This record gives sequence, structure tokens and C-alpha cells, in this order.
Amino acid sequence: MEQALHQILDGLATGGIYASLALALVMIYQATHLVNFAQGEMAMFSTYIAWTLINAGMGYWPAFALTVAIAFVFGVLIERIIVRPVENAPVLAVVVVFIALLVILNSLAGWIYTYTIKTFPSPFPKDPVLGIHYMSPHEMGAIAVTLVVLLLVFLFFRFTPLGLAMRAAAQNPVSSRLVGIRVGWMLALGWGLAAAIGSVAGMMIAPVVYLDPNMMSGILLYAFAAALLGGIDNPGGAVLGGFIVGVLENLLGAFVIGNELKLAVALVLIIAVLLIKPSGFFGRVHVTRV
Amino acid sequence: MALLEVSGLHAAYGEVRVLHGLSFVTEKGGITALLGANGAGKTTTLRAVCAMLRTEGEIRFDGERIERRPTEDIVRRGIAHVPDGRGTFLHLTTEENLRLGAYTRKDRAAVAADLERVYGYFPRLKERRRQQAGTLSGGEQQMLAVSRALMLRPKLMLLDEPSFGLAPLLVKELFQILREIKEREGVSLLLVEQNAALALELADHAYLIETGRVVLSGSAAELRRDEGVRRAYLGY
Amino acid sequence: MSRRVLLALAVLLALACVLPFFLSSYRTFQLTLVLVYAVALLGLNILTGYNGQISLGHGAFYAIGAYCAAILMDRWGVPYWATLPVAGAVCLVAGFLFGVPALRLEGLYLALATFALGVSMPQLLKNKAVEGWTGGVQGIVIAKPEAPGFMRAAGLTLNADQWLYFFTLLVAVLMFALCRNLLRGRVGRALVAIRDHHIAAEAMGIHGALYKSLAFGVSAMYTGVAGALGAIAVQYVAPDSFNIFLSLVFLVGIVIGGLASISGALYGALFIEFVPNIADEISKAAPWAVFGVFLIVFIYLMPSGVAGAVRLAAARRKNWRRAP
Repeated sequence: MEQALHQILDGLATGGIYASLALALVMIYQATHLVNFAQGEMAMFSTYIAWTLINAGMGYWPAFALTVAIAFVFGVLIERIIVRPVENAPVLAVVVVFIALLVILNSLAGWIYTYTIKTFPSPFPKDPVLGIHYMSPHEMGAIAVTLVVLLLVFLFFRFTPLGLAMRAAAQNPVSSRLVGIRVGWMLALGWGLAAAIGSVAGMMIAPVVYLDPNMMSGILLYAFAAALLGGIDNPGGAVLGGFIVGVLENLLGAFVIGNELKLAVALVLIIAVLLIKPSGFFGRVHVTRV
Repeated sequence: MALLEVSGLHAAYGEVRVLHGLSFVTEKGGITALLGANGAGKTTTLRAVCAMLRTEGEIRFDGERIERRPTEDIVRRGIAHVPDGRGTFLHLTTEENLRLGAYTRKDRAAVAADLERVYGYFPRLKERRRQQAGTLSGGEQQMLAVSRALMLRPKLMLLDEPSFGLAPLLVKELFQILREIKEREGVSLLLVEQNAALALELADHAYLIETGRVVLSGSAAELRRDEGVRRAYLGY
Repeated sequence: MSRRVLLALAVLLALACVLPFFLSSYRTFQLTLVLVYAVALLGLNILTGYNGQISLGHGAFYAIGAYCAAILMDRWGVPYWATLPVAGAVCLVAGFLFGVPALRLEGLYLALATFALGVSMPQLLKNKAVEGWTGGVQGIVIAKPEAPGFMRAAGLTLNADQWLYFFTLLVAVLMFALCRNLLRGRVGRALVAIRDHHIAAEAMGIHGALYKSLAFGVSAMYTGVAGALGAIAVQYVAPDSFNIFLSLVFLVGIVIGGLASISGALYGALFIEFVPNIADEISKAAPWAVFGVFLIVFIYLMPSGVAGAVRLAAARRKNWRRAP
């Protein structure tokens, strides 16, 4: 029983990371109707930048903040320079561009920083806090950070005019132009925000899995599954999906299947769910006039 | 005084030329109608004014040339376009749609007041303010589209086939409100309509378009009396 | 088909027949792989290009076909050419069975489901339960087929690589011809109609579910036959060579080659066989970065793939000729 509890809590912690990355995926999806397969590598690259800053002597939180800002700019630039030229290409062509981006970032990181594993610091204390022994302070902190990010994103999209404009631009670019929204910049902003969120995810997971160019590939897959589970156009659902996937993965790995097959089995389970609820738990059922 | 001046407008969809040197004027404070059969190029004309396709020729709004500017800029200058098909943001709520109409405005208090005024014109929208816009009926979406355009506080409103797909009673209601809007808000209207009778009742001036060219122009009264227009478009 | 196209095909075929005699064994082997990939890409294109169902897991069907061939040849001594129909049949059924539940999933959700299939395949192949058949992690080694007796009797000496090339060429030509017949007729139009507007297609009486599942089956069959051919060519199957990366490479192949295009399969196969080698020669340190750059450049220049660009160029030449 205690084992199970431990696995669940562990799962919540990693679930928080999946949730953040899933959030980034949903953001780009909401802004562009595309899934950015390079999201993980962008997060990984941002984490390396943070590592470089910290190693150069910067304090953790200043480096954190600067990295988030750099990631935001990075995201905007990638949209304007790499994605914009193919915006009218068939969807699958854009998917290939994302795959290319993934491969380029991964390869570059390996080249610049080598494939040796590096340690990444955690801002949270090492020793158990508040007498809680089931989760490390870092795990609790990571969950807290995820929830704060989610809240900010939710508030932004729901209650600010810019957030509304971004949603509008994603759904109906033509009508958006007719109300004066600069659609191109909305897309760029979406990418920037997603990259920023991704960088937070990267910095939260790196202390646990150690920093190396391939650290995000498995995580991206779980994040993708989490986003779909929650409904690809629903940020809250994505976060919930992330936690579910995290716990599921841990329980399966520990009690049912063993670590080798847990990825495959988790995915199959998720798909089984999707067969029952094709747009995910909370995905919007789209009303379309035929 | 001319608010919108279009001269020698050519436009094409890819290789297919649709407008061949179209010219017309919309007076400030007036209602101008563009009439013509299906495929004459009326919708294309409105789209061209908003730079939604590539054009040749001159388009002046309030004295300034706008034909090379992007759509978003043209809108910010005070042209609100109610497109054919309404262009509703289907997954947003009614109220979110309306707020988007005022996106480019900085005067928050005035926007709130305008919102109430718009609900005054279309109380049905107020009832459905939190509903997903995609679930509104065709008529309600048309009201929403017009209201969204109003929220911009435009100088000129372009309306593309506002009667399309609406029950006759609703159309009457809508056109009555359009007349009110023109009088109370001081908005100039450029109306594209297949229903010539209705359009000529509402408009001050009208142009008849056939295969991308203006073939007849004059006051609404003149066009209503014209023999050719009566036979072909008014049915008597 | 127009006379010009027939002529071009004849020239291509003649060239294909003559090449192995002028190239080294290794290059011939590479060309054999190009043909194998072309058949695989043709399969994926039927599903994704023509029918609009995204598959990120077609490597799995390739693996099934490959393992069919390997197991039949290794365990039961079945001759290599007889493994192809079996691999095709097995994959046809497997694809159809996968296609039925896939009917419920659209777009991204289908992509995830097929992605899961692609990711799981290596692990399933390594699983202890089927190790007896699949040879587990070590895989299965197959004997290289020799040119048949009658050829030697007729005085034609082909080495094994050359024979394999011609065998693959024959199968590939047959598969391409079959595909063309399928796609040019009612079936092809139905698939495209479903892709472009499935509600309208259903309203016109096209049985969407049946066609979509069949598309999955036929597509899997093609890729499975390619897998069998590939196994025979490489003489080795092992779980880790059929990982998710293979599925992604297939996707890249059909996009670069040209979606909804038969010739695109060939262009795509050439790309995925040769460009990684070129990238490796350009930069040993970060070859995949170079490959990625190649991908982006190709997509920028030819968003509809090589086949799309070729079509565009042909249309432009026609217009230029027609101008007064």
C-alpha cells in the first residue's frame, strides 16, 4: 500500500512535468492548429541555456527568469523565420518542418554541449520539508510551479483582450483580420508563450532526469498523449491529462508491466480511452454547421 | 462628400479575372447599394476594398489610398466588413465575438457603453450573450455579425448579402435596424445585395454590376424606375 | 496515359534494367533499397496522401512483413519469393483490423494511435512471449537468395545483388501498376472524396467506413510486402531496426516525394535512401542537423513535394507554349 502511494505521488510529480509540456503543446495548437513536435527539443535547448547562465555564475532565479524570456524570444523567432514561410503548405509538410526542427535542435545540442550527462540544480531544498516524506521538496515544488503556470495561462486567455485575440486568430484568421487583429503576430506570440512554458518544464525536469540532449523525447510523447487525453484544445484538460499519464506510467511500470513496456502500454491504454471518448475527456465537441 | 472612392478596380482569383475596371463612390452619411446577379462580382468588390485579394486600380478611403495596405490596417482606419457567411467566431461566446469587434479601440468605457447600445438594437443577442456563437441561428448570427461591425465604431460598414438565408420577416427587421443605425450612429453603409427590391428601398444611391463592370448607376429612385432594372431584377 | 508519359516510363525502365551492370554491388544494393522504400511509401501514400488518414506508425507494418518473410524462410524453409504474398496477406488483414477501431479517431488522435503502434513494435518483437518465433533481441538472419537455375542455363550470369535488384524491380513495377489501376478508378476517387469532405462523400453514397478500413488494409499490405523485400535484401531482421524512427522517415519520404502521387513514392525513396548519406559526408559532428536543414530547404522550395514541383513545372511549360 505504501509502495502504491509512493508511486502515485511520484507519478504526480512527473505528471506535473508532462502537464507543463502538454500545456505548451495545447497553446501552440490553439494558436496555430498544429502540434509542435519540436516542443521537447526547444525546452531542452532552453534548459541548456539556463545551465550555461548558472554555470557562468548567475543565481538560480535570475537565470530562470532570463531563460524564460530568452525562450519566449526564441519561440517568436522560430515562428517568424521558420514556420511563417510554410504557413500555406499542406499540414503534413509543416509536420515535416517540425520534425526537421526537432532533429536540428537535438543534433546542435549534442554538438555544442556534448552528450555527456550534466547535473542541473533545483531551487528547492534537498531535505524533506514540513515533515513530508512521501515526496521530495523538488517534486512538490515542481507541481506547485506547474499549477501556477497553468493558472496564469488560464487567466491570460480567458480574461485579457490579447488572450481573446489569440484565440480568435487561431480559430478564424480571416474574421480576425476583419476586426483588426494582426494575425501573424498572434501566432508568433503563441509560439513565444509555448516556448516559455516549455522552458519552465525543462528546468523542472532536468534536476530529476539529468540534462542531456535526449532527455525530452520520452517526455514529449507522454505530453502529447496527455494533451490528447484531456482534449487537444483544452489547457486545463491537458494539465489534468498530464497528471493522469504520470500516475498511470508509474503504476504500470511498478506493478503491471515492468519498465520496458510501460511506454507502449501507457499509450495503448490512452488510445483505448480515446476510442471511447474520441475528443478526450474535456475536448470541446465541435459544433459545425454542415 | 465621397468617403470611399473606387476607380478602375481589377481583381482576379488566381487566373480568373472577376472585376474589370470597376468604379464607384460611396457618399459620407449615405447608403450605397451594389446590385447584380449571382457571380457579378459584388462580393469580390467588398473583399477587394478590404484587401482580401490582390487588386489593381485605386481605392481611396477618406482621401487616402488603401489598396496596398493589409486588411488589419484598413479595418483600423474605420472600415467594418460584415462578410458573406457572417464570419462568426463559432467557438467563442456571443459576447466575446462582440468584444472582438472593439479589439482595436482604446476607449474602454465607450466600448462598454457601445456594447449596451448594441444589445439595445438586438435584444436577442443579449439573451444569448454567454452562448457559443456557433449554436446561434442563421438570423441571430447575422445580427451578431452586424453588431460586431458596429462595435468598431466604423465610419463605413460593408455588408455582404445581409439578407442571405434569412426569413423575410427577419430581413425586414434587420433592414429597419440598418436604417436606424445609419441615422443614429452616422455610419455610412455600402451594401451588396441580390435582393434588389430591398436594397433599393434602403439605399440612397445604387450601382448595377454585371460581370465585373458597373453598367448602371444613379439614385435608388432612378434605378427603381429604370426599365431594364425593373424587368431583370425587380420582377415587373 | 499520354504517349509522352509512356515514353518517359519506358526510358526509366530501360535505365533501371541497365544500371546494375555499371554499378558496384553496394550501389546496386542501395538501388534495391530505393525500390523497397518506394513500395513502402506507396503504401503509406495510399492511406495518408489519398485518403487523408495520418499514420505515424507504418514502420510497424513494414516490420510485420519483414518478420513474416524471415520466419517463413528461416523456420520453414519457404522460398523467398513465396514469402511475399504471405507477408502481403498478413499485413492486409492486420491493417484492416487496425483500421476498424481507427475509424473512431480523427487527425491528431489517429496520429497518436499510429505513433503508439510504431513505438510499441520493437518492444513487442523483443517480448519474451514471442521470442521463440522472433528470435528476441538478436533477431533472425536469412540466407541470401541466388539467381535461379534457369538463368545460368540460359547463359546469363547475375550475382546475388543483381538478381535481388531485378527481382525487387519486378515486384515494384507490378505493385506500382496495381496501385495505379486502383487509384485512377472509382476507388481512388472515393478515397480522395472521403479525404476532402467525408460528409459530402457519405451523402453521395460512398461507404466511408468500408473504404477507410480497406485503405488501411491495402496500405499496410504494400508496406508489408516492402518489409518482406527489405528483409530479403538486408538478410537480417532485428527489433531495433524497426523503431519509431523508421515510421517518421516514411512520413518524411511521402511528404518530400509528394502526397497523393504515385511518382512521389519514387522521389521520396531516393531522398530517404541517399540524403542521410550526403548529410553524413557534410558533417560528421552533427549529421542530423544537416539532414534537418535539407528537409526544411526542400519543403520551402517544394511544399507539395518533388512530384508537386514537377507537375507545376510541366504546367508552366504548357502555358508558356500556349501563349500567343
